[in-house]
Amino acid sequence: MSTAADTSTALLAQLANGERSSVELTRECLEQIDTHDQRIGAFLHVDAEAALLTAADVDRRRTSGQPVGRLGGLPVAIKDVLTTRDQPTTCASRMLETFRPPYDAHVITQLRAADAVLIGKTNMDEFAMGSTTENSAFGPTRTPWHPECVAGGSSGGSAAAVAAGMAPLALGSDTGGSIRQPASFCGVVGVKPTYGRVSRYGLIAYASSLDQVGPFARDVAGAALLLEVLSGHDPRDATCLDQDVPGFLEDLQQPLDGLSIGIAADHFAEGLDGEVRDTIETALDVYRRLGAQVREISLPHARFAVACYYLVASSEASSNLARYDGVHYGYRCNEFEDLVDMYSRSRGEALGTEVKRRIMLGTYALSVGYYDAYYLKALKVRRLIREDFDRAFGDVDLIVSPVSPTPAVRLGELTADPLQMYLADTYTIGANLAGLPGLSIPAGFSEDGRPIGLQLLAPACEESRLLRAAAMFERATDWHAARPTLERPDLGADT
Amino acid sequence: MPESSHPDQHRSLTRDDVLKVARLARLTLTEDEIEGLASQLGQILDYVDILQELDTETVEPMAHAVDVSNVLRADEPGSSLDRPDALANAPHNDGSFFLVPQIISPDSSGS
Repeated sequence: MSTAADTSTALLAQLANGERSSVELTRECLEQIDTHDQRIGAFLHVDAEAALLTAADVDRRRTSGQPVGRLGGLPVAIKDVLTTRDQPTTCASRMLETFRPPYDAHVITQLRAADAVLIGKTNMDEFAMGSTTENSAFGPTRTPWHPECVAGGSSGGSAAAVAAGMAPLALGSDTGGSIRQPASFCGVVGVKPTYGRVSRYGLIAYASSLDQVGPFARDVAGAALLLEVLSGHDPRDATCLDQDVPGFLEDLQQPLDGLSIGIAADHFAEGLDGEVRDTIETALDVYRRLGAQVREISLPHARFAVACYYLVASSEASSNLARYDGVHYGYRCNEFEDLVDMYSRSRGEALGTEVKRRIMLGTYALSVGYYDAYYLKALKVRRLIREDFDRAFGDVDLIVSPVSPTPAVRLGELTADPLQMYLADTYTIGANLAGLPGLSIPAGFSEDGRPIGLQLLAPACEESRLLRAAAMFERATDWHAARPTLERPDLGADT
Repeated sequence: MPESSHPDQHRSLTRDDVLKVARLARLTLTEDEIEGLASQLGQILDYVDILQELDTETVEPMAHAVDVSNVLRADEPGSSLDRPDALANAPHNDGSFFLVPQIISPDSSGS
């Protein structure tokens, strides 16, 4: 593979010492997309011209000795759930197929200020609802590691782009595991920050009390750097924390002395794939060798998390997605009888199956006669789940678990049975319900070469601890250095 | 991974239930979708019933992950989208307004 598969740290050093220019790097990424994305399906929109213009501008400033931002000239791929001014922002939905937002999301403003090269918008499950990127209206994303397996989701395009050398860094969003799970399926690092750490201004809403934007990278340092660029207070998002951003990258080199790690029996119960279990056990041994204490903790309400999550998330989705009415933006049907019929048909024609399913579930859970039994009940259980974590973090510094019960699944394996798909989110959704930061770091492979991620969870606002613990693991292993072999498309016998 | 109930034994919503919820959600559904949702929503609702095992009588509902309080700011005018930008994505507009189908019929006016 091309040198575009280097880590962002290595690439930034090469850019700084003049070994390569941002234009060269951006070209390499664009070539990688040209050659392989037909098969991978990571991108929905690539603006090569704009990317090369930005790259040339950064190069010009760098060579003339002017200051450049912290991502100076590094290509970054953007999940298509984040608004980019005058650029397509589809949420992988027919509903927003022609939408061109009139404003940039806060994180896009941050990226531009840091001199990132925005290389394109990535594929996802429609409106971020799904765990395989098969719910995209524009086709699935495959993991670069296996031709028949999905990239995970909902941020599958961003994870696959980083794994396949199409961009060293990418942005995703995580409502129930949508950064961590595709990171696991694609063998990259993915971080879901504390709720409120990163502004959601310009993040198209799915479930507002759970949604959070976060980074993908090829190593922990890349994720730490990008998280630092994204984080910080933004008055345009009332839930954004008004706190100083720690120096995530600078802190990284310091190991954690006397680290205590909690594991919950529920996370290793029935349904967990044997190879995933072995990988997590091996990872725990790595931590033990590094001096960490591993002890059992109790999360008695963990087994209620999936039920709680799907009620809360779907209820919020049914409310958030009411805005797609064919009036202000988005799709409008051609034939209708009256206003309500216009709303209903526009939504019926342009929204996909999973989105409709969650709108229906949420509408049901919020409707008269069911509100107390479903939505209110779920909010109460949500508190019990949060209290489990509060208690556990009184005993341990971090919680370690699998990210997903299995490595990347085959295309079509889960789509026929929505409930089975939901149940596969069981390890990741607790962090969203409780607002905690979590990450997935490469920790091994299945026998047939599919990556397996390790999940670390920390108390709210302890991303530094999370990233330092991940960096300890990364220094002691070499899983993050593995790269997929991308088969070149068949171009004939003489190529 | 939690176990789901056996798929053959789950409840199903009635066609009328599905249509009522679809009406509330402003969703036109095809016959296939109505049938699929009746079964799938039934299965999901069966599954989420495990929450009823928990006694939550004294538990405060938690709507947000972090404790949020009202965020206030001074009431100062700032810039906003100009009209062409605001209308640019509208499926139907006349350059000044969003256009929608007629809502009030002529014979109901002036009463």
